[in-house]
Amino acid sequence: MKYILKKASMMVLTLIAVSILVFLAFNLIPGDPATRILGTEATESQLQLLRQEMGLNDPIYVRYLRWIWNFIRGDLGESYSYGSVSALILDKIPITIWLAIMAFFLMFVISIPLGIFTARHEGGVIDKIVVVLDQVIMAIPPFFSGIIITLVFGLTLQLFVPGGFVSYKIDFWGFIGYLVFPAIAIALPKITMCVKLLRGSVIEEISKDYTRTAYSRGNTTRGVLYRHVLKNAMIPVITFMGMALADMVSGSIVIEQVFNIPGIGRMLLSSINNRDYPVVEAIIMGIAILVMVVNLIVDIIYRLVDPRIEAIND
Amino acid sequence: MKKKVWSGNVARRGLAAVCALAMTATMLTGCGKKKEDASEGSSAQGTAAQTSSQDSDEVFTVGIPQDLDSLDPHIAQSAGTREVLFNIFEGLVKPDEKGNMNPAIASSYKISEDATEYTFTIRENVLFHNGATVTADDVVASLQRYKDTGASIFETVDAIEKVDDSTVKVTLSKPNTEFLSYCTVAIMPKDTTDAETNPIGTGPYKFVSRTALENLVVEKFDEYWDVDNAAHIKNVVFKVEANPDNIVADLEGGSIDMYARITSDQADQLSDSFEIYEGEMNLVQALYVNNAVEPFDNELVRQALCYAIDPQEIMDFVSGGAGVEIGSAMFPSFDKYFDESLNDTYNQDVDKAKELLAQAGYPDGFTFTIKVPSNYTPHIDTAEVIVEQLEAIGVTAQIKKIEWNTWLEDVYNNKDYEATIVGFDASTLNASSLLYRYTSDAHNNMFNYSNADYDKAFATAQATVDEAEQIKYYKECEKILSQTAAAVYIQDLPSFVALNSKYTGYTFYPLYVQDIAKIKLAE
Repeated sequence: MKYILKKASMMVLTLIAVSILVFLAFNLIPGDPATRILGTEATESQLQLLRQEMGLNDPIYVRYLRWIWNFIRGDLGESYSYGSVSALILDKIPITIWLAIMAFFLMFVISIPLGIFTARHEGGVIDKIVVVLDQVIMAIPPFFSGIIITLVFGLTLQLFVPGGFVSYKIDFWGFIGYLVFPAIAIALPKITMCVKLLRGSVIEEISKDYTRTAYSRGNTTRGVLYRHVLKNAMIPVITFMGMALADMVSGSIVIEQVFNIPGIGRMLLSSINNRDYPVVEAIIMGIAILVMVVNLIVDIIYRLVDPRIEAIND
Repeated sequence: MKKKVWSGNVARRGLAAVCALAMTATMLTGCGKKKEDASEGSSAQGTAAQTSSQDSDEVFTVGIPQDLDSLDPHIAQSAGTREVLFNIFEGLVKPDEKGNMNPAIASSYKISEDATEYTFTIRENVLFHNGATVTADDVVASLQRYKDTGASIFETVDAIEKVDDSTVKVTLSKPNTEFLSYCTVAIMPKDTTDAETNPIGTGPYKFVSRTALENLVVEKFDEYWDVDNAAHIKNVVFKVEANPDNIVADLEGGSIDMYARITSDQADQLSDSFEIYEGEMNLVQALYVNNAVEPFDNELVRQALCYAIDPQEIMDFVSGGAGVEIGSAMFPSFDKYFDESLNDTYNQDVDKAKELLAQAGYPDGFTFTIKVPSNYTPHIDTAEVIVEQLEAIGVTAQIKKIEWNTWLEDVYNNKDYEATIVGFDASTLNASSLLYRYTSDAHNNMFNYSNADYDKAFATAQATVDEAEQIKYYKECEKILSQTAAAVYIQDLPSFVALNSKYTGYTFYPLYVQDIAKIKLAE
């Protein structure tokens, strides 16, 4: 418990640091939101008026404190082109979350059986094929596999219409259907890493003394594997999966571009281009919070799987 | 409309983020003194009640490069938004594809002799998308609302009055013979408060829904007043295609049916199931130099650059020879103002260029930086050719790619640059939208160009009532720009539009307009 409290206070500090960085970054890069809104023909007095209205003329610390105070109270402010930021994010976040969940699901159901299978049949033909394939696929970045998937499954096999995204509000299953291939593109490298990790971890555990003992007590291979080995072998895999989940959310920023999905990632990029600071700041803070929460959850799961960790840390 | 045949000599990939490129060029004041002839316009009333309905459940999807910045036509700024809203809103007058201003919500107009009073007769039985009839009150409220946004083109508007139920009079504080071209301002119902979420206009298409970052859905307006120009296709979606690399795949896959301003490379990649329309972008593309910094404050140096640079070579490299050469700040589709002879003010002559440089005191050349917006490949490609062409006269140019917002701030607003390559478009159908910015005290004179003769010629043009006479003075302006080498004028860039062959009828306008009402199913 003490540990979790310590972790949580660290999270708050990190968030403050992130918020300062985000806020400063957008004050340092060139580009003036007022010009962006009023266009190139605006006169200086019009620009000044709008800057005043938007509070852009106040000193930077005043603006920062105002923003962070509103943020804490749950008021994410007004987007320069879309109205309420909260409403906008609530509208778009299901898209990205579903994409990440689907990718995570794919990773889970493919990599765990495959990892165990290859470890059990180490050196076999299938194991060898999987290991080689694994290495190859691991080296392909998601945006590239996205392009290949579009080409092969979209244009050649016509299993989906490139760019044919439908909103979850209009046709939920059509929406899920469109996300399958993007999810595969995001999941592929994670699957390969997870298989490799799990395979290595299981093989290592199998060679340990306790496994031999377990066998000598008359357990079947299956029993040893699932009741003893896997429990230990899973610990590094859980860490990896936790990180992968956070990674998938941020990785979707790239994949959303490739597949033309209007999720959080697209919103982030277009808001940066439009100098729509309230949106950018809210999204980056959101991603930061998500990564930290996931890390915290991973920590908690650790403890459940292996109580020894608690003893060491506390 | 022609099917383009490609020689295929351009083998580079290109991004097509055209979006941000278009600069709105707007003129501030008019100082003309009088307008003698009272022009009157009236349009052919569509009599036949034939609405060529090819209605089906088919949805026509147009890819657009960025999301709309606003649905409120009085607030929307970007050219990319204006060209979409053209389908929903109309003004008192409406431009056509030849650049004429036709009466729209006004059935006719009168301009007073001194060009300070514009009187519009409101067309009868024009309906808004909500079913209400357009009244003089709606017109007055809309024009007033637009003026209240602080729009610079309405700065000289003194009064907007309702004369009677079908007449509206606009009074200007200064005579302006070109004010009619500003009367395309969207007319909305007088009680409009939520144009942002529920835009109501009178155009051939009516608003259905909008999803941020995704799309704008419109539907044919069945009660459109101009029966002859009513829409053909019932359901139209403007879909945001944020990633230009997806355009070809999305066209081929069928998720979009049309995309305006694809690159020549993308046109090459598309299969036979697409018709490629080739037109011009209506931009004045040039190597703009800062006339206030050394060495470009010297006219001889600027002329030397003009002699060193060959527009044809640039067009060959950038888009396989497509594009139209220009010699001054005017593009060819503004037919009456365009002066083709200015293309020959300077023809490539390396020796002459070197001689001018020596005269100017730079016998060994000099070094400068060209800041180019990074989101627009044709400008970057142009810069690359220019760098090579300048090498021949001993001038070293360096290309610095900068992001569009940085360009706006550094180059456009703060004039912190030596040279840049962009294209200027005209936001309204008149010559001053391109030429005003060269006058010495123009707020948008980013070139720091200052020439007494030019200012005089421009002022005279503005004050001239007779159109032929006025054109003469505008051409004089163009000639001065060319001779004093205000910039190195290059070309009006080619524009390629991909349209699924199931459809036909794409029409180019001399303005930023995508007129979807003209598109119909192919026979």
